[in-house]
Amino acid sequence: MRRLRRLAWEWLPAIVVFVLGIGIWEGAVQGLDVENFLLPAPTDIVRTLGTDGGELWDAAFFTFREAVGGFVIGCSLGFLAAVAIARWRTLQAAVMPYAIAAGAIPIIAFAPITNNWFGITGMTSKMVIAAVLCFFPVLVNTMRGLTSVHPSQIELMRSYAADELTVFRRVRLPNALPYVFSGLKVATVLAMIGAIVGDYFGGAPGALGVQIRRWVGIFAFDQAWAAIVLASVLGIAFYGSVALVERLTMGWHPSVRGARPE
Amino acid sequence: MSGSPVVSLRNVTKTFGAAGVTAVQSIDLDVRPGEFVSLIGPSGCGKSTLLRIVGDLVEPTSGEVVVNGKSARQARLDRDYGIVFQDAVLYDWRTVAKNIALPLELLKWDRAKRAARVAELIDLVELQGFAEHHPWQLSGGMQQRVSIARALSFSPALLLMDEPFGALDEMTRERLNGELLRIWEASGSTIVFVTHSISEAVFLSTRVVVMSRRPGRIAAIVDVDLPQPRNADTREEPRFFELVTAVRDRLREGGHDDDRTAPGEGELVGAEETP
Repeated sequence: MRRLRRLAWEWLPAIVVFVLGIGIWEGAVQGLDVENFLLPAPTDIVRTLGTDGGELWDAAFFTFREAVGGFVIGCSLGFLAAVAIARWRTLQAAVMPYAIAAGAIPIIAFAPITNNWFGITGMTSKMVIAAVLCFFPVLVNTMRGLTSVHPSQIELMRSYAADELTVFRRVRLPNALPYVFSGLKVATVLAMIGAIVGDYFGGAPGALGVQIRRWVGIFAFDQAWAAIVLASVLGIAFYGSVALVERLTMGWHPSVRGARPE
Repeated sequence: MSGSPVVSLRNVTKTFGAAGVTAVQSIDLDVRPGEFVSLIGPSGCGKSTLLRIVGDLVEPTSGEVVVNGKSARQARLDRDYGIVFQDAVLYDWRTVAKNIALPLELLKWDRAKRAARVAELIDLVELQGFAEHHPWQLSGGMQQRVSIARALSFSPALLLMDEPFGALDEMTRERLNGELLRIWEASGSTIVFVTHSISEAVFLSTRVVVMSRRPGRIAAIVDVDLPQPRNADTREEPRFFELVTAVRDRLREGGHDDDRTAPGEGELVGAEETP
């Protein structure tokens, strides 16, 4: 009971802001008679979610799968690259400039090219875009975590005659976990953005980005807005599930334990 | 106090880097089984470096190091010693019990045997009720007790301690000094102990090795003939004060005329991280 109340207090500010925001939006659209193509009222968007829910959901889920696929590929490669770089420091000089270049790619310019490479209607081209976006933050964060081990922690393991693999498994990896998760959380959001932006330059007819373009083209702004709402709901759910895994695997970490004010 | 030495250093010198900063020079020292030997000296005199040379965490530039009758490297590979640093160096993601059990896991003890040993050690360092706590939930003194329990877990014949109580307040330090002596008597191990504190060195040790300012050499060795077991009353005895004065005089002769922190010791020691 006390826990529930505490939880309610924690969420109260966000809920108040949400209700107020929606209220002002609705009031402004109704009161000022704003044209639908400029900004539809929240009630219109909700109504559209009701009527066209199936089609919208299919589109959103299609793009969500593109995002998750890209997330898995990009994060895995970012993680593995970080492990390799942390182990062989000379690799850092060889690889880092290109990793930074990958991180600096203007993704809008890159999207049409991946469409050419991997097929315009398939999921692969969108996954590649999402993967490129996810790679860099995971690489940088993981590398930081793996190398920011206090020297005496390594000395202690040496005094136990531990080999390098043991040091990695028992010290470097757990030490890196909080860093890895910050990278992963940033990557969830980037993956969604990458997938939708990828769709914009052509994709399967059922993809969310393609649909948003189509709806805007035929002045179906209620649908376009409903699609945006669904995309952000999925994005939040994606972020939330990674944050949940973080909590479950890092119950020991003060930042997780201390996250709730006593 | 007989038998072949646990630690034997012959003409050990350590020079760091291309600049050739000499940390310790021409050290000759034997530590016999069951002894409690303190290394004391000004900051930067290389006492921590010397301890790490014994533990094969730093390689000497020249000289011979024999631990338990074998090379320092072989002794490390055989896990012949336990080490305690100034920071407790506990792993945040492990509970107290699992931190203590870490060396036992590496030694591939089975779970039941590990649990029994950990329970024993938690009693020994008086941390009952904290087995499932995480390090950040403990005070500095408690963390250091965990660290000591971990070093003792596999019953090494030799314990190396690098200013283990240096970061603690005076009250906690004195209490842990008493506990350490109790543990030393109970375990019968040999201890090499680095400290800044003259009274701590005298209270704990059977011998105090006084080192001179860099390059660190052995300036004097003071035998501490205070009776065992020692307790709070020991600190009140006239003989205790005489010995403290004797060590202080030796330190002064060794060039310990100010307390400035010599630059570099921390860096030199810390530079050993394996890539």
